[in-house]
Amino acid sequence: MVTVMDRPSTDQVWQWLHQIPDPEIPAISLTDLGIIRDVAWADDTLTVTVTPTYSGCPATSIINMEIETTLRAHGIDKLALKRQLSPAWTTDWMTEEGRQKLEAYGIAPPQPAGGPKACPRCQSDNLERLSQFGSTPCKAQWRCRDCLEPFDYFKCI
Amino acid sequence: MAAVDQNALLQFLLRMGDNTLILGHRVSEWCGTAPALEEDIALANTALDLIGQTQLWLGYAAEVQGEGKSPDDLAFLRDAWDFRNVLLVELPNGDFGQTLMRQFFFDAWSSILMPRLANSSDPRIAEIAEKAAKEVAYHVERSADTVVGLGDGTEESHQRMQAALDDLYPYVGEFFLSDETDAALAAAGIAPDPASLRAEYDAFLERVMAKATLTLPEDRFAHSGGRNGKMHTEHLGHILTQMQWLQRAYPGNTW
Repeated sequence: MVTVMDRPSTDQVWQWLHQIPDPEIPAISLTDLGIIRDVAWADDTLTVTVTPTYSGCPATSIINMEIETTLRAHGIDKLALKRQLSPAWTTDWMTEEGRQKLEAYGIAPPQPAGGPKACPRCQSDNLERLSQFGSTPCKAQWRCRDCLEPFDYFKCI
Repeated sequence: MAAVDQNALLQFLLRMGDNTLILGHRVSEWCGTAPALEEDIALANTALDLIGQTQLWLGYAAEVQGEGKSPDDLAFLRDAWDFRNVLLVELPNGDFGQTLMRQFFFDAWSSILMPRLANSSDPRIAEIAEKAAKEVAYHVERSADTVVGLGDGTEESHQRMQAALDDLYPYVGEFFLSDETDAALAAAGIAPDPASLRAEYDAFLERVMAKATLTLPEDRFAHSGGRNGKMHTEHLGHILTQMQWLQRAYPGNTW
């Protein structure tokens, strides 16, 4: 039972959330993705505000479940998950750490120019787009013309 | 936000949600059968975005209705005469070209409407539209590119795209037929008058069709009856038998 006196700090909660992997791209965490918008206590109830990446993203309900499971395991029993649509999620909210983890995982991180900067495998910039959509709504399919490997590009929105 | 008749607001939300629901279902029929893997994935992702938008529109519709229903109740437990989608979205997929032409017609409309709705005096509508606008911008880029690629493609693809344009164009006009519901919403600053979007839409279509080397029909005849619920095509009932059968056969069943 969490009381106002011994409730964990919001910084602590952010750290716990930082440990939860994205269900579809487990290389990065929910906080890397920038979809956790706020963590706040009101008396003994913790409110976590989450924004969806895409309105049809099937991972949204799993993400909520994982947040709930993780925080309950840390003893937080009064928990409210709030969905926030506006301002709409943007890849600008992805952390620098998240972008590096994506690239190391083989997914080119989002670029303002609208296409990947370099092949995540060989760093070549000789690239071509195969399809505007990839294995999830948030990605597109590209291919490196030098190493010939296809790869996912995290779309910039 | 100026006061608006709640039934007018509900009608508007059903029109928005039913458009994306029925088109999303139609597009999902391509899953596993599209001509190339990339296209298959692209169509499935587009369908997913549309169904996601449906949850938001019908979720708000259910709240405004105030009968304790869920968006799923609205999707799965209404019959054909209660649907308010335009006829265009319920038409059969036809060939790949027809599907993409229909998608372009819809995306073009949606890409013009969403940024305007993002300034709605109703904050709930504004936030849904802000979210959807980003997805729609992506959809319309792809569907316009594909219409151009196939229109200005081989002789075969060109002929098919011209046939798709000729067949589907009479269903475009319904987007812009304003009625009393639209007038009430426009007066309250909730949504623009549909007719006011037509000039921008026409200019967009002309640009894309010129690049696609396709000829827009001159006749502006418009089939209607979907968004006002007077008469749907026979195709809607067939969609519903497939889409709703599980909830009809096993009421209340969940994952």
